[in-house]
Amino acid sequence: MPGEAQAARLDFARALKDAALATAVSFAMFLPLIGFNTVLNLRNETVLETRFGTLAVFVAIIAAATFLNTLVLAPWRARRAQRAVSREPGKISQWLSRRFAPFALGFVLIYPALVLSLTGSSGALKWIDNFGIQILIYVMLAFGLNIVVGLAGLLDLGYVAFYAVGAYSYALLAKTFGLSFYMLLPLAGILAAFWGILLGFPVLRLRGDYLAIVTLAFGEIIRLVLVNWIPVTNGYAGISGVPRPTFFGIPFTAGDDGFAAVFGLPFSPIYRTIFLYYLILALALLTAYVTLRLRRLPVGRAWEALREDEIACRALGINTTSTKLTAFATGAMFGGFAGSFFAARQGFISPDSFTFMESATIVAMVVLGGMGSQIGVAIAAVAMVGGTEILRELDFLKEIFGPDFDPTQYRMLLFGFAMVVIMIWKPRGLVSTREPSVFLKERKLISRDLVKEGHG
Amino acid sequence: MEVFVQQLINGITLGSIYGLIAIGYTMVFGIIGMVNFAHGDVFMVSAFIALVALLLVTTWIGIASVTLALLIVLLVAMTLTSVVNWTIERFAYRPLRGSFRLAPLISAIGMSIFLSNFVQVAQGPRVKSIPPIVSGEFVLFGGETYPVTLSAKQLIIWVVTAVLLAAFWYVVAKTSLGRAQRACEQDRKMAALLGIDVDRTISITFIMGAALAAVAGTLYLMYYGVISFADGFTPGVKAFTAAVLGGIGSLPGAVIGGLLIGLIETFWSAYFTTDYKDVAAFSILAITLVFLPQGILGRPDVEKV
Repeated sequence: MPGEAQAARLDFARALKDAALATAVSFAMFLPLIGFNTVLNLRNETVLETRFGTLAVFVAIIAAATFLNTLVLAPWRARRAQRAVSREPGKISQWLSRRFAPFALGFVLIYPALVLSLTGSSGALKWIDNFGIQILIYVMLAFGLNIVVGLAGLLDLGYVAFYAVGAYSYALLAKTFGLSFYMLLPLAGILAAFWGILLGFPVLRLRGDYLAIVTLAFGEIIRLVLVNWIPVTNGYAGISGVPRPTFFGIPFTAGDDGFAAVFGLPFSPIYRTIFLYYLILALALLTAYVTLRLRRLPVGRAWEALREDEIACRALGINTTSTKLTAFATGAMFGGFAGSFFAARQGFISPDSFTFMESATIVAMVVLGGMGSQIGVAIAAVAMVGGTEILRELDFLKEIFGPDFDPTQYRMLLFGFAMVVIMIWKPRGLVSTREPSVFLKERKLISRDLVKEGHG
Repeated sequence: MEVFVQQLINGITLGSIYGLIAIGYTMVFGIIGMVNFAHGDVFMVSAFIALVALLLVTTWIGIASVTLALLIVLLVAMTLTSVVNWTIERFAYRPLRGSFRLAPLISAIGMSIFLSNFVQVAQGPRVKSIPPIVSGEFVLFGGETYPVTLSAKQLIIWVVTAVLLAAFWYVVAKTSLGRAQRACEQDRKMAALLGIDVDRTISITFIMGAALAAVAGTLYLMYYGVISFADGFTPGVKAFTAAVLGGIGSLPGAVIGGLLIGLIETFWSAYFTTDYKDVAAFSILAITLVFLPQGILGRPDVEKV
C-alpha cells in the first residue's frame, strides 16, 4: 500500500523541521540561564559572564536528539503501539514477580559478607553504610508509604512527617529518659500511628489531588514546628548525641564491656555498621511481610477496593472512614519505625532531613515502582537512591570533563529528570502487573493494560 | 491605625504577587484537572530570566530610563518563561494526558525538582541580589512618628497587576480563545468534536499562566532585590493555597485568594510572630480544604457514578 510505504520511509523533511524548531526553542530557553552566568564580583555586585560555548553545545545536543527522535524513534514507537493490546503480562514482569524475590532476598542477606570479602574492612564501611543502610531505609519508607498510596490509593505527600515524628520521639525520649532503642522503637511507631490518625481525621472527606496538597501542608507544618519550637527541638541546630543502638544490651564501644571485647574480636567500627544493616533489613522485611499478610485480611481487601472505586466501596457497606484511618495509621507506624532507626543510626537529627523533597522522593519510589507492587517499589528505591549515591563514586568523569567537574552536583538534577522520563516511558510504573490477593482456581497476573486506576 | 494601614499596603503588594502566580495554578487545574506542581519553580526561573535581562539591559546596553528598562525586562521575561512552560507542557505533561491520574502529578514533581536543581547548577547556589532600581515613596499620612508610606515599587506592583488582570480578564471573557478555553474546561471531548484544537488551547493556557508567573517573578525581583534557586517552592505552595482558597478553577477567586493570603501573612507577622507565618498559611490551606473544599468562589464538585 502506498500510504504504508510512505510512513515507513524515513521522513527527513519533517525531522529537519522539528530539529529547527527545537533549536529555536532551546536557544530561547537556555540563553538566559546557560548563556549567561550571574556572578558576584569583588565589590559584591552581581555581574554577567557569558558562556556561549556551553550554550551552543546544549542547543546542538537537543537539536540532534529531536532530529533522531522524529526520524527513527517516533515511527518505531507508533508501529509498536499499533500492535494489539496483550492480555498476558510480559515475560519479564512474570519472571520478576515469581522468581526475582528469592534471588533479591538472598543477595541482600549475604551483601555485607560479599562487600567485606571484596573490599576489606575499611572499604566495606562505605559500601554497607552509604549504599546498604541508606537504600534500605528508603526501601522501608517506600514499603510503608506503599500501604497508603499503593494499596489504599490515598496520595500522601507529607509522609516524611511521620518519619520525623519517629526520629524526634526516639531522640528526645532516649536523651531525656535514657530508654533503650528496643523499648523506644515500638513506642515511636505507636506515636507516629497516633499522628497518622490525628492528621487522617480532617482529611477523610478529601480525595485525589486535594488530599495530596493537604498532606503536603501537614508535612510542612510539622517541619516548621520542628524548626521553630527551639526549647524542645533545638531548631535548625538539631539534636546531637542521640544514643546509638546496642547489640541487645552490649554497646559497640572500644571499652571492656563493648561488643568487640565481649566476643573476643579486635575493635572495629564495622561491627556496628553490619549490625545496623541487618537491623534495618529486618525492619524492612517486617514491613513487607506485614503488608503481604494485611492484603489477605478483610482490611487489606477493603484498602484495595477503596483504591479501585470509593463509591462502590461505600455502596457495599465498607466503612470508608475506618478503612482510610487504618491505612494512614499503619503507614505512619512504619514511617515512625524507620524514623527512630534513622535517628539511632545518625546520632544526629535536624529538620533538614525531613523536607518536602524527602516526601516527594518516597512518593516517586512508590509510583515509579508500580503502586502496590512490593518488588517494583524496592527496585525503584534501589535504583533511585543507589543511582544518585553512585554519582558520588564516579571519579573517572573528572578525567573527561576536567578537575572542576563535580558529579554530585547533578544528583538531584538527574533525579528529577529521571522521574519525568520514567513517568513518560512507563506511566504505570516499572512493575505494573497486579497479582490478585483473591482468585478462582488459578493465580494469574493481571496485565497492565487491564488495570484500571480508581479516582481515590 | 498607622500600623494597620501600613500592613494593609504591604499585604496587598504581597497578595498581588501571590494572585498572579495563583492564576497559573487555577487555569491549568481548571482545564486539565492537574496540580501543576512545577509552577512555583517556573516563577523562580522567570525571576532569574528577569535578573539576567535586567543586568543585560542596564549594564551592557546601558539604558538609563528605569521605566523603559523595566518594560523590556518584563517583556523578555514573559516571552522566555512562556517558551519554557510551553516546552515543559509539551515534554512532561502532554504524553501523559489520558494516562492515570497520578502520572502528571508525579511528572510535575519531577519537573519541579529538575528546574530548581537546573538553576542551582547553571547559576550557582548563592542568593543573587540586585541594587534597588526603583526608589522613592509617598508619605500618605501619619506625620513624624509613624509615617504610612506607599513606595514607588509597591505602586508599580499594584498598577502592573491591575492592568494585566484587566487585560487577562478581557481575553478569557470576551475573545474566541477564552471561549475555547472555557469550553475545554467544561468538556474536552465535546470541545474537540466541535472543532476546537484542544492541544493548542491547553498549550496557550500554559503560556498564559507562565506569562503571569513571569510578571510575578519580575515584580518579586524588583520588590525584594534578591532571588535564589530555592525561592520557588514556598511562594508556589502559598499561591496554590490562594487558588484553593478562592475556589480552584475560578480566576477572580485566585486573585481574591492571593490577596487574602498576602494580607493574612503580613498581619500575622506584624501582630503575632514571624516564626510561624508559613504555618499560618499552610493551616489556612488545610482548614479551607476541610471545611470549604470548593473555596470562596468555586463551584461545588458534584460526583456522578
